[in-house]
Amino acid sequence: MATTSHVHAHAAPQGFIRKYIFSLDHKVIGIQYFFLALTAVFVGMFLSLLMRVHMIWPTAVLPLVGEIKPETYLSLLTMHGTIMVFFVLTTAPQGGFGNYFLPIQIGAPDMAFPVLNMLSFWTTFVGFVVIIAAFFVTGGAPLHGWTGYAPLSALTNSGPGEQLGADLWITSIAIFCLASLMGALNFITTTLDLRAKGMTLMRMPLTVWSWFITAILGLLAFGVLLSAGILLLLDRNLGTSFYVPLVVVNGQVMGHKGGSPLLWQHLFWFFGHPEVYIAILPGMGVASQLLSTFSRKPIFGYKAMVYAMMSIGFLGFMVWGHHMFMSGMSPYSAFAFSLMTMCIGVPSAIKTFNWLGTIYKGRVRFHTPMLFAIGFVSLFVSGGLSGPFLAQPVLDIPLHDTAFVVAHFHLIMGVAAIFGIFAATYYWVPKMFGRMMNETWGKVHFFITLIGTYCIFMPMHYLGLAAQPRRYSQFTELAYLQHLLPLNRFITYMAMVTIAGQFIFLVNLFWSIFRGPKASDNPWEATTLEWTTATPPPHDNFGGHTPVVNNGPYEYSVPGAPRDYIMQNDPGMGTAAH
Amino acid sequence: MGLALLAIIWLITFVSTYFFIAQTWWLPAGMSAAAPAIDRQFTNTFVSMGIVFVLAQCALGYVVWKYRDRGQASEKVDYSHGNLKLELVWTTLTAVLFIGLNLMGSTIWAAERFAPAESGAVPVEVTGMQFAWYFRYPGLDGKFGATNPKLIDPSSGNEAAIGLDTNDPASKDDVVTGTMYLPVNRQVDLTLRAIDVIHSFFVPSMRFKQDAVPGLAIHMHFTPTQVGDYEIACAELCGLGHYKMHGMLKVVSQEDFDKWLATREAEKQ
Repeated sequence: MATTSHVHAHAAPQGFIRKYIFSLDHKVIGIQYFFLALTAVFVGMFLSLLMRVHMIWPTAVLPLVGEIKPETYLSLLTMHGTIMVFFVLTTAPQGGFGNYFLPIQIGAPDMAFPVLNMLSFWTTFVGFVVIIAAFFVTGGAPLHGWTGYAPLSALTNSGPGEQLGADLWITSIAIFCLASLMGALNFITTTLDLRAKGMTLMRMPLTVWSWFITAILGLLAFGVLLSAGILLLLDRNLGTSFYVPLVVVNGQVMGHKGGSPLLWQHLFWFFGHPEVYIAILPGMGVASQLLSTFSRKPIFGYKAMVYAMMSIGFLGFMVWGHHMFMSGMSPYSAFAFSLMTMCIGVPSAIKTFNWLGTIYKGRVRFHTPMLFAIGFVSLFVSGGLSGPFLAQPVLDIPLHDTAFVVAHFHLIMGVAAIFGIFAATYYWVPKMFGRMMNETWGKVHFFITLIGTYCIFMPMHYLGLAAQPRRYSQFTELAYLQHLLPLNRFITYMAMVTIAGQFIFLVNLFWSIFRGPKASDNPWEATTLEWTTATPPPHDNFGGHTPVVNNGPYEYSVPGAPRDYIMQNDPGMGTAAH
Repeated sequence: MGLALLAIIWLITFVSTYFFIAQTWWLPAGMSAAAPAIDRQFTNTFVSMGIVFVLAQCALGYVVWKYRDRGQASEKVDYSHGNLKLELVWTTLTAVLFIGLNLMGSTIWAAERFAPAESGAVPVEVTGMQFAWYFRYPGLDGKFGATNPKLIDPSSGNEAAIGLDTNDPASKDDVVTGTMYLPVNRQVDLTLRAIDVIHSFFVPSMRFKQDAVPGLAIHMHFTPTQVGDYEIACAELCGLGHYKMHGMLKVVSQEDFDKWLATREAEKQ
């Protein structure tokens, strides 16, 4: 199965630009993706802060921003969702850590296509510039939400921000799709072709499995969104009618005829639901890797974990209709979509059980990355268990498009995924930058973020039960929402505290990169290949030789072994390996 | 550190669960015929998910504390790659629980959405537009008259807002209002339309929600069971005024309903 890799070796570049800007080195590109996502997450977070402030002080005049109007609120909401989903949750775990560590973990000197890799990063970067530009054009950013439902998104006169801002929005997403397709091809090829000798599929770390499956999802999903986006651009600019039937906006009969608003929803969610797994699968991989490493115990049910991720990926393409139970889609199809959605809960539950099984009878070391991995499991459970409510069409009647949905997806694909990213950051920064991050401040950051995010998103379930619709900029108009105001205030205060806490992380990160204590080659006493090479790894990852893999990825506390971990390239340990 | 984690995870779990059980913030009281069945399904789901939630979080808190690294005092790590029998057990249990819940809910969904409205239901057409709801009653002839997109004039409200074509004889007695009136304990036969973008007709107390989509006429039904005033919200993002697109449903006795409709008819003549 495994092949030796020697074909794509390229010499280390010398000049600054080739080394750090237009680099072909997957490690540099990984770091570029990481910092792009870091920039994006602080932009996205700032937008959410403005939204929360506007919700409870609608007339407040803010420094720099001025007064936020209801339409501005909707622009913030659209941009927050789009930036977070694409440029953070898709970019950091896959483009960032996947790029950096997938080749090293399988013993390859680089990605299969280094030029394509560079191109995919810079295309993503252009996409980010384009979406930010939407803030600054006439009319501002679009107000149609990150899901961009047509006809609202397909008409240029349906609201402020629906002119050039909306064109930039969909263009940016199309550019992002292109970049992700390039990245996905690269990840898949690299995993299949560049594994070191002995690195069989069933010896791959679960992180590699998660990046590999995520790449397959990306390859199948982003193409659909790209096509859908192009059709939307045509509807907006060339008067086609893919998504728009005969409509009358503000008394003006528009020129469209015969299009289907539901077509956009089908295409969008055919991408959109796999996208949820694109965001969370790498987090699952990281959680598995870290829970095993810091519990000093092999992962519980390695194969079950692999098959669970595969079935999540597979079923993930058959459940998109659960976003559309109230849309006017055939109520009969709701049966099928609902059943498939309940089925996808099963592999997710298997993973949770196996994580608990991994910690059980282990010896847990509470380093910061482990804390975030434990937090990931807790949030995954909390966010996951609201799924079976929303998967039932009959419960979507009261819950669809309320704050309950906002709570659900933020906990699971927002906060849990971010915890996966934090865990990966604290775990791998020592390898990437050669210096340890500060443990004390890491722990402070962990507890603020865990408690803070629960305080923000748990109450949103209550708001949703009390029928508070999502995407409302103010709660002044409906009498039945009045008693929810104190709870909304509480959420805003907690958001302020949690956001403030993130600066601890930011300072810790930059301080540690430059001033932190030097990291050894294997500070966590872990087993996978990135810990067998120098810190930080040399240009070709393993300094002129290719590792040979003899062991499974999680051989901790093997009876009779001289120390409590056996690295993947250590001499073979016989039958115990997979 | 293990103890701190255990304490915080358990605390988060119990506090969160408390507010669910105490129902401090809860579904508005259900006032339609379907509400008890929907609420029962909600409760069943809530109880089963709640139990899994508390057990899983407590187990997580417990194992990280119990199996913390205590240096020399630590117990020996159990070198194990898993347990197939256990995997099969929890896979089966989860599948039975999830799919069972799903099947339980399906019959309610079928009753709500598969069957057409019963004969004798009150026909009402709901039209959503930026940012108002309009309600049309067909009048004595029982027929909705024609509408024409070219006649739509939202600023004039009511009949003009939905573009009612007054040349059509069937539209002569159509009544269009901004407030929805319904007789209690009679099914309403809804036709949902939208003229510009997607809106969603959401009446929390009726346990009713359905998108109104341009280009589609969607048929739905529900039966109010209590006289009273109920707020209508828009639940699908429809533009800058989304948050203030609301209406009022007045459920009245059959007598009052007939009286109201007669008055509106008389005003038209």
